[in-house]
Order: sequence, then C-alpha cells, then structure tokens
Amino acid sequence: MKAIQIEHVQELLEKFENQQIYLHLETTSGAYAAQNKEKLSVGAYIRNGSVRFTNVKIAGAGPYRIGFKLDEGWMYAEGLTDYQLDNKGRLLMAGHDDSGRLAIAVQLSHTPFE
Amino acid sequence: MEKQVLVIFPHPDDEAFGTAGVMTKFVQDGVPVTYACATLGEMGRNMGNPFFATRETLPEVRKEELLNACKAMGVKDLRMLGFRDKTLEFEDPELLVSSIGRLIDELQPSLIITFYPGHGIHPDHDACGHAVVEAVKRIPHEKRPTIYGLPITPEREEVLGKPDRVFDVTDVMETKIKTIEAHRSQTEAMVPRLKDGTLDLNSEMLKFIKQESFWIYPIT
Repeated sequence: MKAIQIEHVQELLEKFENQQIYLHLETTSGAYAAQNKEKLSVGAYIRNGSVRFTNVKIAGAGPYRIGFKLDEGWMYAEGLTDYQLDNKGRLLMAGHDDSGRLAIAVQLSHTPFE
Repeated sequence: MEKQVLVIFPHPDDEAFGTAGVMTKFVQDGVPVTYACATLGEMGRNMGNPFFATRETLPEVRKEELLNACKAMGVKDLRMLGFRDKTLEFEDPELLVSSIGRLIDELQPSLIITFYPGHGIHPDHDACGHAVVEAVKRIPHEKRPTIYGLPITPEREEVLGKPDRVFDVTDVMETKIKTIEAHRSQTEAMVPRLKDGTLDLNSEMLKFIKQESFWIYPIT
C-alpha cells in the first residue's frame, strides 16, 4: 500500500459507483485492547457486505474520510491513510498508525473476498 | 513417555511463547507432535513499517510463517483447520468440536495442549480451549488424553494455584527464539530486544519464556 493520493483514490472509487459491490469494512483496536478496563474497546467488522452507492467522496487533508451515499442510506469511514488497487482489481484502503498497525480498513471488490 | 502429542491453538504464533520449547523437546525425544492451528490469524493488525502485508495478503504471510515455525521446531504434522480469525466464539460450537474430535479419533493423542478455558484473554483462545474440553468429554473415560491447559491471564496462579507441570526449556532456547522469530509479522519488534538483552529473559515478566508451565484441566 502507499499513502493516499486523494485525486487518484477519488477516481478509483467512482469506478465502483452504481453497481452491486462487495464490501469489507472493519475497525479495530486489537484483540487484547479489551484487557484495559479503563477504556471501552470497540470495533466493527463486515466482510462481503453487499452495497450499492450512487455517490462517493474522499475528503480531508490526511488522514482521510470517505463517505458513500447508498441507494437507501449512508456509509462513511474515517482515519484512512493508505491505499492500493490490488492485482484482482480490488480497492484496498486502510488507516495505519505510525508503527504500521491497521486500525481501519475499507475495501471494495467486484467479486467476493475470500 | 507420551505416545502422541496434539497441540491445538487458534492462531499461528499462539504456540511460540508458551509451548514452543516443550514441542521442540517432544520432537527431540521422538514423540510424534501434531500442531492443529484453527485459523491463519487473518485479523492481525501489524502490517509493518514499511508495509509487508495488506488485510488481504496477511493470511498467506502468516501461513508461510506458521510453516517456518513448524520447521524450526521440527514439527512435521501441521493441520490448518480453516476457521476464520476472531470468529471462533460466534461459530456453531459443534463445527469446532467435531473438527477437533476427528483429529483426536485419527491421532489418538496421549496429551493435548491448548489454552486453559476461561483464562485465554482473547475470545478465540477461550473458544478453542472450551471446544477441546468438549471434544475430550465425548471420549470414554479410559481413552481420554491428558489436557495441558495454558492460562495466560495475569491472575492465573491466584485462581488455579501453582502449575501442575513446569518445563525448563533453556536447553532449547535457541530453537524457541527461532520459532518466535518465524512469526515475523507478529514479533519483529520483539526479537531484536530478546537477542540484545533489552528484554531480559531472567526478569519475572519473561520467566514464562524459559519455563513453560501448564495446568492439567480436570475433566469431569
């Protein structure tokens, strides 16, 4: 992955508009974060969710935010730092902290993720 | 002497800190050791700096690391059970129990090593330990293997008492560190510190690396 270039990512995102796509969305603070009782450990995960969006916009000055206007709702994510169009044509986006630990991932694909 | 040892953990690298020494010793003593790993640690967070993986390539990376770890320990029989990281507690329990049950039927282990149920911290660890116990409960009393439970909660000794088995693994430390090192995606920040002494193997905190301790799980 490499650091998000906002214009390029916007261009890539738009290629997924107006079609049923597979979505991977996760946030995590790590499986061991729940040990720290003073902080509420939260995370969410969906793999191969099926969504369709009519509009999409990446915003911010980095880390970035991305909002998707769905046929019947909204979806958004924040804290994104890096991206890659992989060799299967899937758009992988993620937010990594300084030591390279993933904290959020948003991934779009035309075919199901394994 | 054990007839056959079966080690069952949910993630590649779960074996590295608590049992790699004992596994190595069994192998050196000529005891057949099978390592069953339920997932490929697909949800690991460390992608490296610079990156060595993405969410989608991480499973392949960790599979390779798992194979290298087995090579380091001399474990010839590795079974990857094909479950998905962080889903074990939500999975139909019967799937995991029957998958482990089939392994037990096939291998007839005299000893099983897994996480001590309720003391695993990570939900997958507890789900794995519980499934092992359930699978063993279904075997007739006289044929049941011993279960060495590995608890990793800080309060383990207060709750469970002193360990039933303590193995000094200093004689195979080189292999153990190689095993830890094999799981580079999980341990790369730690290994140099182990080697240069900034992480002191003699400290109380790291005693568990030199002394692998197990609590025999009482099957009722």
